[in-house]
Amino acid sequence: MSKIIASAAIRGAYKIIDRAEKKWQEAMEQWGANEPVGFPNTAYYLPVIYGVLGIAVEKLGDMEQVLKRCRSLLPPPVREQCPLPYLAPALDAGMATFFADEIIEAIRYLEEPNFYTKQEDPTDDNIWLGAADDVILRKRGIEFVDGTAPGFAAVLGAAPNPEIAKNIAQELQQKNLYVFMCAEHNGKRFSEQLIEAGLQIGWPVRLVSFGPDITAAVFAAGFAIRVSFSFGGVKPGDFRRHLIYNKDRTFAFAMPLGYVTDEWYAQALGCVNFGFPTIADTPIPEILPTGVCTYEHVVSNVPHDRIVAKAIEVRGLKVSVAEVPVPVAFGPAFEGERIRKGEWYLECGGGRTPMVEWTTSKRMDEVEDGKIEIIGPEITDVPDESHLPLAIVIEVAGREMQEDYEPILERQIHHLINYAQGVWHQGQRDIAWLRISKQAKEKGFKLHHIGALLHARLHQDFGRIFDKMQVKLYTEEDKVREIIEKAKAIYAVRDARIEGMIDEETDIYYSCTLCQSFAPSHVCMVSPERTGLCGSYNWMDCKAAYEINPTGPNQPVPKGETIDAKLGQWKGINEFVFTASRGKLDHYNFYSIVYDPMTTCGCCECIAAVLPLCNGIMTVNREYNGMTPSGMKFTTLAGTIGGGLSTPGFVGHGKYNICQRKFLIGDGGLLRVVWMPKMLKEEIAERLKARCEEMGVPNLLEMIADETIGVTEEEILPFLEEKGHPALTMEPILG
Amino acid sequence: MAEAETKSVDNASIEMIEKAASDRVNTAFDRAEAMKPCPIGSVGSCCSNCGMGPCRVPLPKGKEETPEEKMKRKGVCGATAETIAARNFVRMIAGGAAAHGDHARKVTEAFLAVARGEAPGYDIKDEQKLLQLALDWDIEIGERSNQEIAIDIGEKALAEFGRQEGELLFLRRAPLKRQELWRRQGVAPRGIDREVVEIMHRTHMGVDQDYKNLLRQGVRTAISDGWGGSMIATELQDVLFGTPAPVFGQINLGVLKEDEVNLIIHGHEPQLAEMLAVVTQDPEMIEYAKSKGAKGINLAGMCCTANEILMRHGVPIAGNFLQQELAVVTGALEAIVVDVQCIMQGLADVAQCYHTKVITTDPRAQIQGATHIEFDERNAIEVAKNILRTAIDNFPNRGKNVRIPKYKTDLIAGFSHETINYLLGGIFRASYRPLNDNIINGRIRGVAGVVGCNNARVRHDDVHLTMVKELIKNDILVLQTGCSAMACAKAGLMTPEAASKYAGEGLASVCEAVGIPPVLHLGSCVDNARILIAATAMVKDGGLGDDISDLPVVGAGPEWMSEKAISIGQYFVGSGVFTVFGVNWPTLGSEEVTKFLFEDFEAMYSGMWAFEPDPLEAAKLMIEQIDKKRKALGIDKARERILYDMAMRRELEAV
Repeated sequence: MSKIIASAAIRGAYKIIDRAEKKWQEAMEQWGANEPVGFPNTAYYLPVIYGVLGIAVEKLGDMEQVLKRCRSLLPPPVREQCPLPYLAPALDAGMATFFADEIIEAIRYLEEPNFYTKQEDPTDDNIWLGAADDVILRKRGIEFVDGTAPGFAAVLGAAPNPEIAKNIAQELQQKNLYVFMCAEHNGKRFSEQLIEAGLQIGWPVRLVSFGPDITAAVFAAGFAIRVSFSFGGVKPGDFRRHLIYNKDRTFAFAMPLGYVTDEWYAQALGCVNFGFPTIADTPIPEILPTGVCTYEHVVSNVPHDRIVAKAIEVRGLKVSVAEVPVPVAFGPAFEGERIRKGEWYLECGGGRTPMVEWTTSKRMDEVEDGKIEIIGPEITDVPDESHLPLAIVIEVAGREMQEDYEPILERQIHHLINYAQGVWHQGQRDIAWLRISKQAKEKGFKLHHIGALLHARLHQDFGRIFDKMQVKLYTEEDKVREIIEKAKAIYAVRDARIEGMIDEETDIYYSCTLCQSFAPSHVCMVSPERTGLCGSYNWMDCKAAYEINPTGPNQPVPKGETIDAKLGQWKGINEFVFTASRGKLDHYNFYSIVYDPMTTCGCCECIAAVLPLCNGIMTVNREYNGMTPSGMKFTTLAGTIGGGLSTPGFVGHGKYNICQRKFLIGDGGLLRVVWMPKMLKEEIAERLKARCEEMGVPNLLEMIADETIGVTEEEILPFLEEKGHPALTMEPILG
Repeated sequence: MAEAETKSVDNASIEMIEKAASDRVNTAFDRAEAMKPCPIGSVGSCCSNCGMGPCRVPLPKGKEETPEEKMKRKGVCGATAETIAARNFVRMIAGGAAAHGDHARKVTEAFLAVARGEAPGYDIKDEQKLLQLALDWDIEIGERSNQEIAIDIGEKALAEFGRQEGELLFLRRAPLKRQELWRRQGVAPRGIDREVVEIMHRTHMGVDQDYKNLLRQGVRTAISDGWGGSMIATELQDVLFGTPAPVFGQINLGVLKEDEVNLIIHGHEPQLAEMLAVVTQDPEMIEYAKSKGAKGINLAGMCCTANEILMRHGVPIAGNFLQQELAVVTGALEAIVVDVQCIMQGLADVAQCYHTKVITTDPRAQIQGATHIEFDERNAIEVAKNILRTAIDNFPNRGKNVRIPKYKTDLIAGFSHETINYLLGGIFRASYRPLNDNIINGRIRGVAGVVGCNNARVRHDDVHLTMVKELIKNDILVLQTGCSAMACAKAGLMTPEAASKYAGEGLASVCEAVGIPPVLHLGSCVDNARILIAATAMVKDGGLGDDISDLPVVGAGPEWMSEKAISIGQYFVGSGVFTVFGVNWPTLGSEEVTKFLFEDFEAMYSGMWAFEPDPLEAAKLMIEQIDKKRKALGIDKARERILYDMAMRRELEAV
């Protein structure tokens, strides 16, 4: 009975709004109206309030109008006989509940600054993480965009016991979903149950312990709103687009475990506004007709062993999980798992022993598909806490196979190995590092399984470009060293080849519309000298992706007649952009930030901005959360220009692109760069230096200001003048 | 079955029909018994449009007509049975459209008076709708006051009546495909009055004598009602008095009170009723009533005026068209205040048998023997108080012969297009999506607009109820207006609880989810324009074709009697809706004309008429039509659930 749910949700909304008003009044008495409030490190204020109402809550006093709005949204209780229509008022009450939740949680940050860890992982004495900040949002949000994580489950309450909790969590993880946890049932909480069951929790493993209270449910809604803000380019107050965007693109649902209180119902109705249905393990009433959500709104009494499958079906989500023949759980959710000292059974590489990974092509008759050989000792042959040298050699063969694809296959090794629970991997090529945990070893995981998982997953994802694949794992030092030498020679050849490609000599560029799942008018174009702004796709990757999936998001585009060689504009590209942006855009320039730059989606690694006073350009990377001389933090920049817009004066780009020859060359290139965060400078120092030399200003690196010099144009200008930065004497950047 | 029970299915009415008989009072029920309908006129075969007639050209009874006989079946001027039937039919449309149009004109004048500050006591209640209208009609908003904008809207609306060329402004609201069809068929109306006048001209002796050409003008005139007069009335009434929102109310004669001054407002226009609703709350008036020995003042409505004030104020409804005399028969009614349309002259006769005063208020509608207190928007409060005082003064004259039936039923009313939109998703997700979705997935099989009058030739309310119950049992959501709505409300179909009791499983589940009755009350008979707007909104929300005629939507007027009903039915048909009427069909005297309306119209307008007096058979026709549309849309079969992967999400258009 929808009526029962609506009645309860409206009662719950009253309770939470009462609580928020009381909290707010107390806080006002203690701190006054001008006290700053907010969630840590975010440009989106209290995100649900900001997204839906367009109100930026910055101070305690700003909450008053929101609370008034909550009151006005509260409908009268549902009458028993001959009630007025209740669904719509209950949905309104649910939304008001989210506003009140945010107020309660924001005041909690004020009252108890250390209530939440404010980081990605729990600490030893605190498992509650609180609201995701914008750095986490961008890092994790991209997984929603590229499909690595199709959505999230907001789990309320607790399972009957830790074992069931663990099973549900792992099933959600294996379906690649994030698990956002809050609230308690019978004194138990899902997050605590997972720890009790021995699971690692935190953002890296997608098990996110938001908070102990029901009001922490709003962190999930806030995450969703910020996805539509930052990846969908939806504006504050444009509630309809925020909500429909999430209904269509964020595949989330609520999963209350245990007795559903009035307050829980209120949150569930809030979720329905977003198109997120509720799937419960208790026999609560159901709302089966569709419409606000894609399918059913509330489905109940689902047994624990079927609840994940049911939730996915109700949300209308297709998750294809390849069967990987390993004895441990496998999926992107385990990628962020840590294995500390004392937890590993076997360690390879990482400076202790030599380790290398190499993919090479063979003739068809040289490869026996699926063959996995261990040359040297297996994990079962060595005692606990051993070290072994390791060479992972992937040999592939096939009619479509090209040498150019070898590095692409090789690059998959890192995350694929990490997908296995209890196995940790870092680095690549001859600086790889591997740990296998004691738990994984106990479950029967062997080195052999590394070959097995690579074979299974590479076949699934790249089956179109090779026919056969075998894996050899060497664990004898002399053999490993021998392979390192061979591989190193190949690495050098590869690097020279991709570095040698230039735009002028390439007639086909590739499109990337992967992000159109979240930014529908955004069209990336990738040329050899302009890597994708997300940093994940270079020209070669796109080419391979096209070969693998000819109808996919990467399409070859003949660039055609040159319209502007300096700014990088071609007729063929423009035509493609027009079609692919659904008519929103008819041209853009590859090499300019000033004149009709390429579109930017929220996935970009860096955002460059013109600094008119300095006659130059700054760029900031996603991980840097401080202020920049553009007057905006990264996250504000991304919110302003992301979502598939072409914004003169701003452009998103990849980190790698900074040192490519064509980087904003139409405006003067790297010599225009006057500011970037220190961490970014350090990260790309080596290549940056080389490129500076190539441009004839070898000491450019020292002339580029960073946050230690200043975060306003006025602060950095004297530094640039003192250093004689070349940008200052170039022609005016704004023409 | 007792005799009264053959006349009505409504218990309150049965009780009062019996009381009327024992009081020796003659009502419409008795008059219908005493006088049968004219068999020639009722099938449209009598022409009295000139002094050479009346000419009667009925079909021969019980046998096939020979071509020779048909040749002879003509009026003095040579007009064929086809011409005569078509002329009579389109004159009915003209009558109906004129009634709605003149209602709208009066509302527009009142609206302008309010905008100009000349009508104290009224105000612009729905600012949002005012601005929406301004946007629709390209009226500048800027920094202008509501009053200034309203003056422009009022003047523009008023100009629609006398517009001579071009097209009515509201046609733009229809789906594009429908607008094109109208232009192609030459039925896009030029002005509200012009089309009516043209019918009167073309049906004059010796003018238009091609039945197809006459019927085309009939369609054009009906569209000038639905997408013109009626729509202007609905929209301006909403701006002026507030767009209805769901409201609890009660209906039937049981709402009259033993110990209070009972006052019924009956008719169609809301201006006076609105003001009466205000002044009956005035403490001074209540005191005055008490001074006359009453405990208070009880205002109730009847017919469409009742719908207007129920939708906006929750004022109870005493009953529908055929209950007007019965309300007087209770002996408990101090005054029945009337404006225009559907007011039986017999009311004055019945009132003479009791103490009830019949008060006419409109200069266009006076009745011999009634008290006339003329209403004027410019002096509304005073007139309303004057009327109320007259009723109160009459309280001491109430006799001993009082019997108020105990019957009254709860209902939820107030479903405008705007509130339906809201109810399906709340403030933040308002849309028609859930309706379309549940039609597509088959929980709701289709939508039927069941509207119209009561007719003393059939058992009161019975045809409505039987049809509507059959429809909702088959998962068809029913939208209602007018006296038809009241019939169903009295039977309890307009409560949320009716869903589980009467509706099919699919429809019931949707009603239960949203908290709505399976039968929705959309208001008065001008509010049939709301059905057009709702249907257009369904088209625009997508997934159900690109014209109203693609929707699994049908119409019906099971107990129709007024010319307005014919006009409404015709604009439903002209808008692409299959529409079935009961009781009798006014063109049966010509097989060609009837076939043209029932069959050929389908090819021209993708909508056609049908006639079926048996409500179950009529419901069957409607269901078949709905299933036909579902099949054409490809939603006649259960659909697989679509699960989305990332590639499919990329394909989605931006919102």
